[in-house]
Amino acid sequence: MCLGIPGEVIDFLPDQPDLARVDVSGVRRVINVGLLAEEEVVPGDWVLIHVGFALSKIDEAEAAAALEFLAGIGQAYEDELAALAESRIE
Amino acid sequence: MTAGQVQHTGAGDNAQSAGWVREALREHDEQPGEAGRFPRLGSPQPLPGTVREELVLERIDRARRARPRVKEERITMSHGAGGKATQTLIEAVFLDAFRNPLLEPLEDAARLQVGGARLALTTDSYVVSPLFFPGGDIGDLAVNGTVNDLSMAGAVPLYLTAGFILEEGFPVADLARIAASMQAAARRAGVQVVTGDTKVVEKGKADGCYINTAGVGVIEHNVNLGVAQARPGDVILVSGPIGDHGVTIMLARGELDIEADLSSDTAPLNGLVADLLAATTGVRALRDATRGGVATILNEIAKAAAVGVLASEDDIPVRAEVRGASELLGIDPMYVACEGRLVAVVSPEDADAALAALRAHPQGSQAAIIGAVTAEPPGIVQLKTAFGGTRIVDLLVGDPLPRIC
Amino acid sequence: MRFVDEFRDADKAHALAAKIAALCEPGREYKLMEVCGGHTHTIYKHGLEDYLPEQITLVHGPGCPVCVIPMGRVDDAMALASHPDVIMTSFGDMMRVPGSNGSFFDAKARGTDIRMVYSPLDSLKIARQNPDKQVVFMAIGFETTAPSTAMTVLRAAGEGLTNFSIFCNHVTIIPAIKAILDSPDLRLDGFIGPGHVSAVIGCRPYDFIARDYGKPVVVAGFEPLDILQSIYMLMLQLSRGESTVENQYTRVVPWDGNAVALRAIGQTMELRPYFEWRGLGFISHSALKVRDEYSGFDAETVFSVPGVRVADPKACQCGEVLKGVLKPWECKVFGTACTPETPIGTCMVSPEGACAAYYNYGRLTRQRVKEASRS
Repeated sequence: MCLGIPGEVIDFLPDQPDLARVDVSGVRRVINVGLLAEEEVVPGDWVLIHVGFALSKIDEAEAAAALEFLAGIGQAYEDELAALAESRIE
Repeated sequence: MTAGQVQHTGAGDNAQSAGWVREALREHDEQPGEAGRFPRLGSPQPLPGTVREELVLERIDRARRARPRVKEERITMSHGAGGKATQTLIEAVFLDAFRNPLLEPLEDAARLQVGGARLALTTDSYVVSPLFFPGGDIGDLAVNGTVNDLSMAGAVPLYLTAGFILEEGFPVADLARIAASMQAAARRAGVQVVTGDTKVVEKGKADGCYINTAGVGVIEHNVNLGVAQARPGDVILVSGPIGDHGVTIMLARGELDIEADLSSDTAPLNGLVADLLAATTGVRALRDATRGGVATILNEIAKAAAVGVLASEDDIPVRAEVRGASELLGIDPMYVACEGRLVAVVSPEDADAALAALRAHPQGSQAAIIGAVTAEPPGIVQLKTAFGGTRIVDLLVGDPLPRIC
Repeated sequence: MRFVDEFRDADKAHALAAKIAALCEPGREYKLMEVCGGHTHTIYKHGLEDYLPEQITLVHGPGCPVCVIPMGRVDDAMALASHPDVIMTSFGDMMRVPGSNGSFFDAKARGTDIRMVYSPLDSLKIARQNPDKQVVFMAIGFETTAPSTAMTVLRAAGEGLTNFSIFCNHVTIIPAIKAILDSPDLRLDGFIGPGHVSAVIGCRPYDFIARDYGKPVVVAGFEPLDILQSIYMLMLQLSRGESTVENQYTRVVPWDGNAVALRAIGQTMELRPYFEWRGLGFISHSALKVRDEYSGFDAETVFSVPGVRVADPKACQCGEVLKGVLKPWECKVFGTACTPETPIGTCMVSPEGACAAYYNYGRLTRQRVKEASRS
């Protein structure tokens, strides 16, 4: 029910605009993109694949923002650890 | 009951629970032995939480150590998957019936003393579907699989038998193709098929072609390989990327409509093993990772030697496509079959030499150290995940079926 | 793997774990429920609980849409499958769930034509290839999967197929969450919201949890960093005494959900007046059935199913385990009559159910806690 995996859209099947071929780490499968009918989907887009359907388009900007937040926390943590290490009072 | 109507008798009624559930409850209510030794859970004076939890965990451990029993009335696909059900079946039915010291180690091949020679003897049946797949066919598996079982015993494989069960209507051309594959594989491995058998069954049985091969080899080196010899501190290696064969087969069945550039890793490992055993005397055990995958072998080590195993997910080689297909389907490559990979348990002083020997051979070019044997907790395989946490890798329950959930 | 590996970076995990620990009030216990089985799977697969302080307990919710299906419905599915003309098709998750007389797996062993599929579209393909057979698709899952079933029914209708139907057991998540919230012995502090369900229904449906029950909700992705970040966001809210709905999984979940998906569901399905959930009892408007206009694709209309209710025994305490009231080992039948091989209730049927997970992993946790306290 929850298993969704990101995949890259390679191309669409000729005569079948609903069906696209996606690539997941070198593995390819034809999936139905009908649930994204109200959005523009082009080759190169990344989608979330669940039981042979694209459920959602992956927003690359949001993904980048999420990673930036995590990197920020990571950096702050590193800085803190470094500060802690430097400030030993022995 | 008319179509579409559902009988709803309301929440507080006397709807029966399933027969087997009532039976299970009754069976445990009548369980002797516990009453005197431990107070029943839920008794009027409850024990402190930690004590109660310990009792429950102990009870589970006892149940796990109990004599294996096959509860099902009929064989299911689980019994052939190489996991818990297969093990229980082997122990409860076959070991029980045939019991003798030569069988009990339940290694890939039996070690026999005949005259002055130490022999290894093994057998395997091949029922793969589809018969022809990227990277090989059932004939390749039939030869390589048995050659490998002999190699895992440290034996030089010499002679094979080949028994065929053919389905009425099976194309002779396909049979010729399979035989040619077997001959090519045998030549590559340096073995000969010296005797065999053929049977034909009615249309609808045997899925085209089933093959059984038995093999005999001579144990020349002064080695005594066996998983029961694993000791805390030993290093565990794998000879290459895992899961190639099983995923190839799953995709080749065509039902999942998934394409990938993958082929089976079926290969004879006797050359690799010979190099390994020549390079170091520190090899304690060898196992080829067939059905049930690497995870099953790690569990076999832990159980046979009563030791713990700690593996590192990051260190286990997996091809990108195998990973992609596994993520897509929700299966775990650790449980997926290989047909040309071995797992080696090596003493720590000899680990580097072993790794170098494997890597020097074309079939071991991507060999890696994946973990170590620990003293605690005995019988348990732990995996340090790529993420840094730890989880248990238990024996497979059922087939590694694709999940959606 | 893009959009996957970056969210499995262990270095960032330590930072998040430290921040989470820092937000814990001394002496206070926190119980956070992840509703969705996929989250439970990630938590176990990556050993996430190792990163959390002792004060935080993750309670595994009723997020396995297969395991909450009552045994009677499994029996109905088996009855459908045993029709000589029927090819039953099902996801892998369903294959080992036991009914009164075994599972799909066992039925296969007896010769029943049951085939595993990855997608409902594969089931449609089997129907096209086998015009002389009736193909039934066992439709399971929450709102994540219902749109795919719906689209398949629409496609079948468009093609004029007469040999394809679905046995609809789709369930909806909100009523289950509400049932847990309404129980008098609720002990939960916050919810890790289901990521892929929310890709379909959006984040608004969870407003009532924050507003009326005062519990924060963070909709989470499925990689370990997603879950850790969501826990961090929940702890932040709790430390500030806030309760709102937040979206951590912004790269996939739109706040308003997927309108096309919701329309497809609405066109082909409607809510059943009530449906029984193992462990939670009868819940109104919590499951879907095929609309009359599409009754030709409704297996319950095309065939007759026994429809006999099979109750969980009184000894089953799954309900309390699901709500975080009881720990698995506190259930009287845990580990004796009820084991992963002989699961009596929903918490043991799913490999990620609280009881199954504890049965398999609990021993180890105890060991490590003991060793940690010794060292």
